[in-house]
Amino acid sequence: MITTQNITKKYGHQIVLNIEHLEIPKGQSFGLVGNNGAGKTTFFSLLLDLIKPSTGYILSSEVRVDQSEAWKPFTSSFIDETFLIGYLTPEEYFYFIGELRDQNKADVDALLTQFQDFFHGEILGQRKYLRDLSKGNQKKVGIVSTFIGSPEVVILDEPFANLDPTTQIRLKEIIRKLAAQKEVTVLVSSHDLLHVTDVCERIVVLNKGEIVKDIATSAETLRELEQFFAS
Amino acid sequence: MFQHFVKLQWKSFFRSAGLGKSLAIKIVMIFFGIYMLVSMAGLGALLFTILKKAFPDIDPVLKVSEYMMYWLLIELVLRYFMQKLPVMNIKPLLTLPIKKSAITHYILSSSVFSVYNFLSLFLFVPFCVVLVLNGYPTLNVLVWLISIAGLVLTTNYINFVINKSDTILIVLGLLIAGLYAIEYFEIFSLLQYVGKLFYTLYQYPLFVFIPIATAMGSYYINYNFLRNRIYLDQSLKKKTKVAETSDLGWTKKFGDIAPFLQLDLKLIWRNKRTKTQVFVSFAMIFYGLFFYTMEEFAAVFPMKVFVGLFITGIFLSNFGQFIPAWDSAYYSMMMSQNIPLRKYLESKAGLISVSVVLMFLLSIPYVYFGWEAVAINLSCALYNLGINIPLILLAGSQNKKRIDLDKSAFANMQGTGAIQFLILLPLFGIPMILFSLLHLLISFEVAVIALSIIGIAGFAFKKPLLDWITEIYRKKKYAMIAGFKEKNSS
Repeated sequence: MITTQNITKKYGHQIVLNIEHLEIPKGQSFGLVGNNGAGKTTFFSLLLDLIKPSTGYILSSEVRVDQSEAWKPFTSSFIDETFLIGYLTPEEYFYFIGELRDQNKADVDALLTQFQDFFHGEILGQRKYLRDLSKGNQKKVGIVSTFIGSPEVVILDEPFANLDPTTQIRLKEIIRKLAAQKEVTVLVSSHDLLHVTDVCERIVVLNKGEIVKDIATSAETLRELEQFFAS
Repeated sequence: MFQHFVKLQWKSFFRSAGLGKSLAIKIVMIFFGIYMLVSMAGLGALLFTILKKAFPDIDPVLKVSEYMMYWLLIELVLRYFMQKLPVMNIKPLLTLPIKKSAITHYILSSSVFSVYNFLSLFLFVPFCVVLVLNGYPTLNVLVWLISIAGLVLTTNYINFVINKSDTILIVLGLLIAGLYAIEYFEIFSLLQYVGKLFYTLYQYPLFVFIPIATAMGSYYINYNFLRNRIYLDQSLKKKTKVAETSDLGWTKKFGDIAPFLQLDLKLIWRNKRTKTQVFVSFAMIFYGLFFYTMEEFAAVFPMKVFVGLFITGIFLSNFGQFIPAWDSAYYSMMMSQNIPLRKYLESKAGLISVSVVLMFLLSIPYVYFGWEAVAINLSCALYNLGINIPLILLAGSQNKKRIDLDKSAFANMQGTGAIQFLILLPLFGIPMILFSLLHLLISFEVAVIALSIIGIAGFAFKKPLLDWITEIYRKKKYAMIAGFKEKNSS
């Protein structure tokens, strides 16, 4: 599904990402962990063609992301709150994303009803613009917007940060359900080792731009990761 | 304590984004500032002679006193729009061992050094110097100047109390208009009485305590007001507006660019800077009156072409020159979403086209000045539609500067680079030169028709032109994303 080949990203002389080969098969729930500056967001930005690779390329469903835009219809992502349009209300934002993905208002409304619990009554019908919502609530909007239009690849950067405990638990449930669908590939990055081991079947650890661990999640994984980051 | 604050302020100024503005803008801004101050000072120095000539029987000081009321009111309106309230970033200071009264005093007293306070002084100091040179009693003049400084400070603090309240602005506007009307229709000579009041300040230096008292009083009111509101949940909290939603269903008629059109309309309507630009654009419809009513310009056709281009193209140049920076805050989303770049640009072009057509329709009453006026405006509108829209989109591909939408529009240079100045030359210059040449060499009719045909031709080649521009945007994509992310690049 997603093939990364010889990709590097340099700023001046500093190499911020260097991945020789990484294969993410279709339907996998893929977790990316690493300290600040490890290259997680850089990898996602390359995957979304927001920055230009210094060398190498990424294929998403046989589409080279830096050469064609054909990956856009089946890929959705939420990297940070700059993905939101501050002067829209949450509903308007969802409908806008819906129109971009050929979903009419009824389709979007039907999808949103599934997330009533997740929204906790703080998102819909609040008569507030996105710019006036709290960080946590903005995040909820951004995350749910990625589920509109049945995408095949869902990319979430740090989805658990800024969320309250209840919402974190609900989000885990949502991601698990999403990952259970065989045709959806979910890519999640996180600083929270517990959460990421809970929802991902495979975990890759990045350190200073390089892959240092690639683990199929098991009961031992959390301890292994904790040991790695403690040392 | 104040010393710490001054240090903080110093750092915030010299490390601020504003200082990193590109050189071209800095030079333009400095020129403009110097120009303003020099003209104020020049006016101040000449004011005595001017008034002496115009009203030989009246003491110039009395005449100035009569208009003092207007001056102060207009200054208040100017401050309302331009002056920023002196809010230090006090949030980090709240939990430190600093007295809140010290913070309040600092905020209020530092506002004394606002540029707007010096504006009046640049006028009145030269005026007073000339007064003394002309044999006016030095003591009286000096104390009068102090009184004026007191009044200026009073407006400074009153402006904070007004605190950007629109109702008070409207009241102020009505007051100025009302005063002027009373004077103009000679209902009642208010100015003379008010003038005498201000003149007393000059005649009897002892009365200087009144302006000083008003300045101190307004300071005190502000102090009380602010001191009790230095809490996170009060004055420091951003005001949130209740969102008004609208369906904008009628945009569906425009087909697949409808979602973008809706987005752009919301962008314009829900953000300060863009909203003001729309109002300014509509107001510019009257710009032509200046030229058409002035005899020196009435026969100069190139000037009329400029007017035509300007009226029909004001929104085009104001809004268009910052495409795609208007979307800079969420540009990475736009680039990773399922959005064909081409449609994005088409929708911008569509929006601007509507504005050109609308402005042309509004300009039809210029037919009062002869059919030539409408002919010129029509050819200019066509030229704007066909040539200038692609041109401004093309220029947009060079935009890399972020715009924060929630900042005010007045004197806001954010997102402005050399390209924004340079683009105006071909935008208005080329058609003006073209028209003038054809008009001189052949005839007025040929010039009008030629301009129209060029516009229509551009319109006919719209598709390949847009394809080409889209390709350029695609190439510049990474640089744009990176540039729009830099918050300090203003």
